[in-house]
Amino acid sequence: MPEGQAHPAKVKLSCRNVWKIYGDRPGQFFDGTKGNVGDGPAAHDLADRIRTSDHIVAAANVSFDVHVGEIFVIMGLSGSGKSTMVRCLSRVVEPTAGEILMDGENLLTKSKSELIKYRRHKMGMVFQNFGLMPHLNVLDNVAFPLEIQGIPLAKRREKARAIIELVGLEGREASFPSELSGGQQQRVGIARSLAVEPELWFLDEPFSALDPLIRRQMQDEFLRLQRELNKSIVFITHDFLEALRIADRMAIMRDGAVVQIGRPVDLILNPADDYVREFTNDVPWEMVLTAGDVADPNRADAPGMGHITADTTLALLLPYLAEHEAGVMVRDRAGNSVGVVTARDVVKALASGVPEPAQVST
Amino acid sequence: MSAALKSQPVIWSALAGLSLVLYLAAAALPALNVYPGAWVLSPSDAMNDFMRWFNGVFGPGFKSAGWLLEWPVRWSQAFLQFLPWSVTTAIFVFLGLIGSGWKLALFAGLSMIYMALIGYWDESMNSLAIVLISVPMAVTTGFALGVWGFYSNRARRIIMPVLDLLQTIPAFAYLLPILILFDFGTTVGLVASVMYAFPPMVRNTILGLRAVPEEIIEAGLMSGATPFQLFRKVRLPAAKQQMLLGVNQTTMASLSMVIIAAIIGGTNDIGWEVLLTMRKAQFGESLLAGFVIALIAMALDRITHAFATKPRVIDRQGPNYWMIAALTIAALGALSTVLPFLRDWPETLLWEPAAAMNAALDWVVINGRTWIEGIKNAAFFFVMLPIKIGLGQAVSPFTWGFALTPALIAGYAGLVLAGAGWAALRRRKTLAALVLLWGVISYIGLTQMPWPALFAIFVYAAYVTSGRSLAIGTALGLAFLIVAGVWPESVLSIYLCGVAVLISFSVGTLIGIVASQSKAVSAIVRPVMDTLQTMPLFVILIPFVMVFKIGEFTALLAIIAYAIVPAIRYTEHGLRNLPAEVIEAADTIGCTPLQLLFKVKLPLALPAIMLGLNQTIIYGIGMLVITALVGTNGLGQQIYIGLGNGDFGVGMTAGIGMAIIAMIADRMTQAVSRRKQEEYGLVQQHI
Repeated sequence: MPEGQAHPAKVKLSCRNVWKIYGDRPGQFFDGTKGNVGDGPAAHDLADRIRTSDHIVAAANVSFDVHVGEIFVIMGLSGSGKSTMVRCLSRVVEPTAGEILMDGENLLTKSKSELIKYRRHKMGMVFQNFGLMPHLNVLDNVAFPLEIQGIPLAKRREKARAIIELVGLEGREASFPSELSGGQQQRVGIARSLAVEPELWFLDEPFSALDPLIRRQMQDEFLRLQRELNKSIVFITHDFLEALRIADRMAIMRDGAVVQIGRPVDLILNPADDYVREFTNDVPWEMVLTAGDVADPNRADAPGMGHITADTTLALLLPYLAEHEAGVMVRDRAGNSVGVVTARDVVKALASGVPEPAQVST
Repeated sequence: MSAALKSQPVIWSALAGLSLVLYLAAAALPALNVYPGAWVLSPSDAMNDFMRWFNGVFGPGFKSAGWLLEWPVRWSQAFLQFLPWSVTTAIFVFLGLIGSGWKLALFAGLSMIYMALIGYWDESMNSLAIVLISVPMAVTTGFALGVWGFYSNRARRIIMPVLDLLQTIPAFAYLLPILILFDFGTTVGLVASVMYAFPPMVRNTILGLRAVPEEIIEAGLMSGATPFQLFRKVRLPAAKQQMLLGVNQTTMASLSMVIIAAIIGGTNDIGWEVLLTMRKAQFGESLLAGFVIALIAMALDRITHAFATKPRVIDRQGPNYWMIAALTIAALGALSTVLPFLRDWPETLLWEPAAAMNAALDWVVINGRTWIEGIKNAAFFFVMLPIKIGLGQAVSPFTWGFALTPALIAGYAGLVLAGAGWAALRRRKTLAALVLLWGVISYIGLTQMPWPALFAIFVYAAYVTSGRSLAIGTALGLAFLIVAGVWPESVLSIYLCGVAVLISFSVGTLIGIVASQSKAVSAIVRPVMDTLQTMPLFVILIPFVMVFKIGEFTALLAIIAYAIVPAIRYTEHGLRNLPAEVIEAADTIGCTPLQLLFKVKLPLALPAIMLGLNQTIIYGIGMLVITALVGTNGLGQQIYIGLGNGDFGVGMTAGIGMAIIAMIADRMTQAVSRRKQEEYGLVQQHI
């Protein structure tokens, strides 16, 4: 399984061969192996064996790395094990086998009190249905993790107020969750998860319960926050387009196993199998592919040619290319030339996504 | 099971045949008609021996505990007697105001003033004082057991059946062992009331803790909560509302039992007042006192319910009612030391309408006698007696105006056979067999049915409705009733309760249907039902005894008045809460309102209606025991006798018998409801 391009930053969280089995005696399948059952066919066979012996495989040999400051998305349909997986990372759900390394330390060998320390200071989580305390108002909901740490009232409220402002909910501090709209409730959920200034930020389908318009707005908001805060993020979603929008890298899960890991563009251009291809079929490619993805580095730029940054989507580039046959020069953020994009390059890239080309008669 | 169900027509017909044969061969086989006394193995003596031993060993312990418990009750009674009436009234007014608003405040205030006005203040406060001690005890016990049951599956497996038992054993039967162990005194009322009132708290605690959404728990975990923090700061506050509903139910149960406990006498409280005046046929007084109980019940119910369901809203800048309340109460307290009329209700302001009410009642009873007797006799001769002793004996020149000649019997048999034949022709063979069985039972009469036949009918009914395990349970339970020698009493109880349930259920369902179709009817029915449901059972008896005197008919009416409530409730609720999409689909297809009701709504609401039947039976049995007070025969009377003579064995056997009947009826109706529900894939909830 290709890990995609190597990320320059260091690894924050590493998930190594994690299994989660539900059933009467889930441990029996890992006796003696310490969960180190090997990759590839061996793991696949084991999962099949477990399934046929009345146990449920929620996560099968899952491995991935999350780098510092990266948004790592786990995408899968319901029942694929993605929500179980994110809970395994904090041991809210106890993995059956494997290793979860945070800054190189294995969380699965930590004692309960050590684990509580990790959760109190290093992790934050946002839930699909918000998970707000119904008996606390917005201010105290956001201050809740601080209360659990035993921080005095005045201090935790002061801190909570600052975060409420960050998510744009100032003025609603005294409201109760039941008095807020879904979008507002999730802002509270986000604020709460950020209250302890976590290094790791888990979001479990945070926007799935929201209306499409609000969802889009919240995604933008989320990206803005991330630019400001630069957390290491694991983001769960069942929405492929959402994953494409926000992911630095993403994993696709199916039946508890990871099917493919990579940058969104890697998945689109090189789907690992038909399952992944199914998802990419619906993707409006011009919205996803960027000038950098299709630029031809071997072509030299001509004088007088326009230039554009590499992360511009093809959709935005179309009007310009329609008028300029020679194409456009692409530069990265630092201003170095990446290559040239012509209308033909764009058409070629888009064409590769057409599953059944029309038969053109001559 | 379906193969077994196919043989239903054959087996039901066989049971009808068996009944008839045994009945006709009564002279030859007397032992198979009436269970012979020589075969009875009564557990009463053994129970009494056990109780004597138990009391000998542990009695002193219980008695000293009882002595200890006496103190808080005395203090609480002394305290409530000491408080000026104006202060107590103000407390209730402010509780109503803070809990809900000025309407409840007004209601609470007027209720308190009524007690003072008619001169029952002291008695009312004595009852309230016991409730004041019993509720905290029951709530603490219930909460502790609930938390334990929530965390430990093993504990829950023990706690739940015990709760079932405590709630199905009639309240009366509790009093007996408590009476023996603790001796006479207010402690009996207190202990009985705690025992009766803590189960709903356990249930609501477990229910509330379990209903806390998983995500909230996870949010707590992710905040790094320790197990104790998770309980204290997440589970407990999130489950608080459900637990407060538990407090509401516990309060009502506690009050209900405190009133019932008055039956052992010796307490100068409001329940005793009702009982005493009822025994002396002073119905004016007993109605006035009963009204006090009803008002206390309603005020306590509304106030605790208001606090339980109070919405969480933004803290608005408003007057601090708690502060105002404290100041007002303190001021009233101070004032009443100077102004005596604020401390003790002035005697000149007492209102005593009892004599006038008695006169009015006498006038009604005397002048309406033909009507009253007519109704009573008609119901008794044409409905109750035939079911009780069968058409074969009920029809006589004295009752029906003509004798039952062989020709008439033949005609009756022909009618039944024709009915069965008509059903069989329409390919409804089970129905045909049931018509046959019904014909036979109606002729013989429930209490005259040969015991092996009735036993077999109940066991088979349990098998058909629920399956093998309930059939076995039913067989064991009924065998206990037979062998213990309380079968005749049990059948009498089943008969009276059965008639009442049948009427309550059919009339109640009808009212429920109408109420679901008409908002106006619903608006009238609802408050009446609320009132009936909060009323301690005792009080419901009063108006019926007043008019119809003691007897089975009065008991029947009282049971119906109480048991009809769930039948109406569940039917209306079931019909009003159907999936909107299904109704829309039916509308789109072009159903007329009647078609919609009969072809869509009623079938879909059937599980809810069956649950209503279940509750109707439970309510009916609950009331049945109380009606022993107005002279019914059966198990209720046995319990009452046991209580009167301090005969633990007799009372307990009858109490267990009642519990057995209640459990069998409960399981059968639950099974039917659950099966329908599963067929429809609906989720049904108790309301």
